[in-house]
Amino acid sequence: MKQSASFGLGLRKPHYQDFLAGTVPVDFVEVISENFMVAGGRPRDVLRLVRDHYPVALHGVSMSLGSVDGVDRDYLQRLRALVDDVEPMVVSDHLCWTRTDGFNSHDLLPVPYTGEALGVVCDNILQAQDMLGRAMLIENPSTYLAFVGSEMTEWEFLNEICRRTDCGLLLDVNNIHVSAANHHFDAEAYLAGIPFERVRQVHLAGHSQGRELLIDTHDQAVSDPVWALFSAVSKRIDGVAVMIERDDNIPPLHDLLEELAIARSLAKEGVGAWA
Amino acid sequence: MGLRTLQRDFATWLAAEDHEAAGRLSLVAPEGLSVYLNNYRGQLMGCLTESYPKTQAWIGDSAFLSAAADHVEAVTPHSWTLDDYAEGFPGTLARRYPGDPEVADLARLELALSETFVAPDGDSLSLDAIAHVDWARAQLRLMPSATFLDLTTNAAAIWSAIDGGDVPPAAEILAGPATLLIWRQGFVCCFQELDSNERMLVPLISGGIGFEEVCERLVSLHGSDEGVRLAGELLARWAGAGMLQRGVT
Repeated sequence: MKQSASFGLGLRKPHYQDFLAGTVPVDFVEVISENFMVAGGRPRDVLRLVRDHYPVALHGVSMSLGSVDGVDRDYLQRLRALVDDVEPMVVSDHLCWTRTDGFNSHDLLPVPYTGEALGVVCDNILQAQDMLGRAMLIENPSTYLAFVGSEMTEWEFLNEICRRTDCGLLLDVNNIHVSAANHHFDAEAYLAGIPFERVRQVHLAGHSQGRELLIDTHDQAVSDPVWALFSAVSKRIDGVAVMIERDDNIPPLHDLLEELAIARSLAKEGVGAWA
Repeated sequence: MGLRTLQRDFATWLAAEDHEAAGRLSLVAPEGLSVYLNNYRGQLMGCLTESYPKTQAWIGDSAFLSAAADHVEAVTPHSWTLDDYAEGFPGTLARRYPGDPEVADLARLELALSETFVAPDGDSLSLDAIAHVDWARAQLRLMPSATFLDLTTNAAAIWSAIDGGDVPPAAEILAGPATLLIWRQGFVCCFQELDSNERMLVPLISGGIGFEEVCERLVSLHGSDEGVRLAGELLARWAGAGMLQRGVT
């Protein structure tokens, strides 16, 4: 029997007061971990108060799991302190790298899908999971480049990560659509290759058309092609946390809740299709 | 190409727009390089504009964005947190505006306030609680968020005017250097210029000092009656402003 999905939103400053009041009809909220990995002050207080009303998912952007330099111990220690404080429902970061030789790009840079990179990513995930005392979720990225020397597809890479590290997946449906368009692969083939039993969370977001490529901007409503892809995803997931990601051009909360209602509706249809 | 070499070449592309390094990446198609370059620069520019709104208001959008773009070109980020990238910008402004030292002073004040915003929490000693403290044994200590900033200009007055929506005063060099104490009361960041007595005493308090020693130092400078009166006045001012940490006796 399928388990019920849960539905959430990202916690963003324009909506702080609504979430602090505890009146937003969502099952969980997701926060950007790094925004709260600070010593004190208003950010940590807001998070503690929101945590009183909602389960919290911690979503990171700076762990740099693909970095050949390894993961930053200071970063992991601070994240562990936040994890101990918040007791999040999940902790996630991206299949990407951000840092090398002390340089930090503050962007989610693409990993070549090679055996060498697979070893690096898995070693880093295992070290992070050991420091955090829990399994992580790894998110598939939006990418704008592919490397000639890649030896496997992204979904094969993700499968192997899950197998070697026992991590879960945060499946970003918009990222699949963006990368499929940019690299001319079939999004359905991607879905067919994903180990859905590992998927614990789903992101839905908007993107923009760049000059030549689709860009993962999170500044618009979820597009129709992404909803269609989510409809296909919803037939394969079970008891997963689904959420809308919006980081820029943030609309009134009501608009995001309407998008979340679409996600609920499609997920409900997915249950029927699955049954 | 090995992963380390790939990551170094990619970083060199982002930091210096080095086309030779980008050419070594063996890409299926190169169009995406500009997306990552734009993202990188956009993140850093966004960090500086968010961190220094009053400095931007003071020197104007065009001058600020030009200075920020120069900083992004010259300074690469190293910390896992983007917030840390703001740290070096006052130095860039000091070099860019050697004849207008209030610009860098204003930026340093903004930086100190933003660092105080997320500094460690602490419970402050309230004015009401003063009466219940054993002052013969009491140790004074500043709030954990407290920090000092030396200024040579009237940047603090410029900051306050911009913050209040008023016309800022003309920039001027102070007759002597001023020291600001910056701290957080609850979730509100505050700053206050220290007078001559406070400039002597408050740095000592940051390391913990007995109230008796405060009195002794003031008495030695101002005589018995005036020294004791000043000690009481300063204690009330500091507690009223929420600068002192509770529970340190």
